[in-house]
Amino acid sequence: MVDIQNIIDFLSLKEANVRYVVLGTILLSVASSVIGCFALLRKRALIVDSISHSVLPGVCIGFMISGTKDPLFLLGGAMLTGWLSIYFIDIITRYSKIKADTAIGLNLSVFFAVGILLLTIIQNSGNPNQSGLSDFLFGKAATMVESDMLTFGGMALLVISGVALFYKQFVLISFDMNFAKTIGLNIKFYEFVLSILTVMAVAIGIQTVGVVLMAAMLITPAATARYWTDNLRMMLLIAAVIGAFSGIAGAFISYTYDNMPTGPWIVIVFSLIAIASMIFAPRKGIVAKWFRQKQNSYKIMEDNILKAFYHLGEKEGDFYKKRTVEDLMNLRKFERGRLLNGLKWLSAENTIVHINDTYVLSKRGKAAGERIVRIHRLWELYLKKYLRVADDHVHDDAETIEHIITPELELQLEKLLDYPEEDQHNKKIPYSK
Amino acid sequence: MAMVGDAISHSVLPGIVIAFMMGGKLGSWYLLVGAAVFGIITTFLIEFFNKKGGMQHDATIGVVFTSLFALGIILVTVYARDVDIDQDCVLYGELDHVAIEDGVHLSGLIIPYTVIRLSVMLLCVIALVIIGYRGLFLTTFDAAYAATIGISVMSWHYILMAAVSLSTVLSFGSVGAILVVAFLITPPATAYLLTDKLKQMIFLSVLFGITGSIIGYYFATAIDGATSAAIASVLGMQFIVVFVWKVVEKRFSRKETVAQ
Repeated sequence: MVDIQNIIDFLSLKEANVRYVVLGTILLSVASSVIGCFALLRKRALIVDSISHSVLPGVCIGFMISGTKDPLFLLGGAMLTGWLSIYFIDIITRYSKIKADTAIGLNLSVFFAVGILLLTIIQNSGNPNQSGLSDFLFGKAATMVESDMLTFGGMALLVISGVALFYKQFVLISFDMNFAKTIGLNIKFYEFVLSILTVMAVAIGIQTVGVVLMAAMLITPAATARYWTDNLRMMLLIAAVIGAFSGIAGAFISYTYDNMPTGPWIVIVFSLIAIASMIFAPRKGIVAKWFRQKQNSYKIMEDNILKAFYHLGEKEGDFYKKRTVEDLMNLRKFERGRLLNGLKWLSAENTIVHINDTYVLSKRGKAAGERIVRIHRLWELYLKKYLRVADDHVHDDAETIEHIITPELELQLEKLLDYPEEDQHNKKIPYSK
Repeated sequence: MAMVGDAISHSVLPGIVIAFMMGGKLGSWYLLVGAAVFGIITTFLIEFFNKKGGMQHDATIGVVFTSLFALGIILVTVYARDVDIDQDCVLYGELDHVAIEDGVHLSGLIIPYTVIRLSVMLLCVIALVIIGYRGLFLTTFDAAYAATIGISVMSWHYILMAAVSLSTVLSFGSVGAILVVAFLITPPATAYLLTDKLKQMIFLSVLFGITGSIIGYYFATAIDGATSAAIASVLGMQFIVVFVWKVVEKRFSRKETVAQ
């Protein structure tokens, strides 16, 4: 059970065994998180899944050739078939009408089938060394020993330094293929390097989480980091931190509880962080988006009310007359409840004044209403004059744009149209002077 | 949609384990319900993460199915003692055990329960395809048109996904969670290389499925490997043969046109 002593024991890394597992898991998680960012940005998230299933036949072939579980043979085989699956997906999508996702699903399941077939053949062959080979399926981070740590950790470091070394080229082929072509970058070569690094990260990561969950090690931290930043360096850093943290958390959970697998817990921690980010991330999170939408709808409501006041004033030649809710409802189809709310907000802002059951525009309110009407009419005129939109089509568009246009754009619009007196319906365009 | 099928086949696992924990056995109704529920949850989550959460679509699929699969594996390990299910069964099923399993005795012949269950599923799927052909056809090829003539695209989407989850879970005990994807995707993909017509495609993919299973069975016996994996490998071989043939044919006809 969890108690303080347990946590201290774990964090102090006193036991050599724990030290290897924790260090190894962190390195593997960081390497796959970082390389995963590029896979995600290049819209190749699912190819990762195909690679991770496809390493299985390679592992088996490596074992069959060497007859032992020599990690170099296993990793070599894994990387070979992993890379082949990328190549096949590329060939299938290029030379037939089959789409990428079908090609990916086909590749991963067939490669995996071959892997299972070889695995069962090995199992039935009775080679005494084969025990533990099936650990590749679900991963066995908890049994990592020193030599594993050195091999896998070393390769993870290789992946990380590969990304650092070719960072600029990888950025180019991820974001701006055309520019990369123009400056004469050897795209084929760098795509190859990136795919080799990806395959390498997958091949070593399989040890920790197994074939099926490997995709999460690359995709989830990258997709999570995407919520927090638009800057690639930051994204790599955030993904790496999430990777390291989840690695430690997974190792800790399996250390503390009996029989708890490390890999699946790492993935669960990943997913929890991803869901939390999706909900709470500033700007891109669901809450932030919802809040922004709410604010926008407030603003649109307020704008529409002020506009209605202005239209009424224009019609009757008196902008500062008292209006009732019914007056406004007769002019425009407001929903009563929302209209009352809007009037309440506007009163709080002192753009209108609430007197008994009536409402009056304040000076500021009149100016605000005037501005919206001005933008609306200017925009209609602009659409008609420059884009040759028919008269009866301009209103709806102006109705949307009037809430969005900034003072700078407004000024440009006025200059461009040379401060027209009237719009195409011969309505006066009001200017504030 | 191919990868959504893949995602579902993985993410029904927690549903199956929970059903097992509630006392279900392989093939019982509990399992079907558990799997169908998780299949629909998967479809819904993918949709939700993408539309509301703003996550890149391919990443959504990866994130959702790995989380649910991880959850399933954790449940399997924790309740392994109480539950008659293990990790191997998840991966490649127990098709080879069907022959020694008990079943309905019919005039001296024993028909294993698995065979009966899968036959029922086959009939259901055939019925769905025949009855729902128009709806499936329209929503697959022209969702916008289907919507204008009043066919609910959303319901057909969920019906199809529920059918995929049910087929997956019923095949689960026989071929395992990952290999079932090979059975779902490979024969149709091979057929699709050969034709553009849906009816022909369905017919051809059934043909590839049957021949692949027969060849695969004897292949497995010959090399002493798992039957389900051997069948999936043969299905893959069929695809490669047809693919290469198509590419060569295209090259050839292009050369002919150039020569003319």
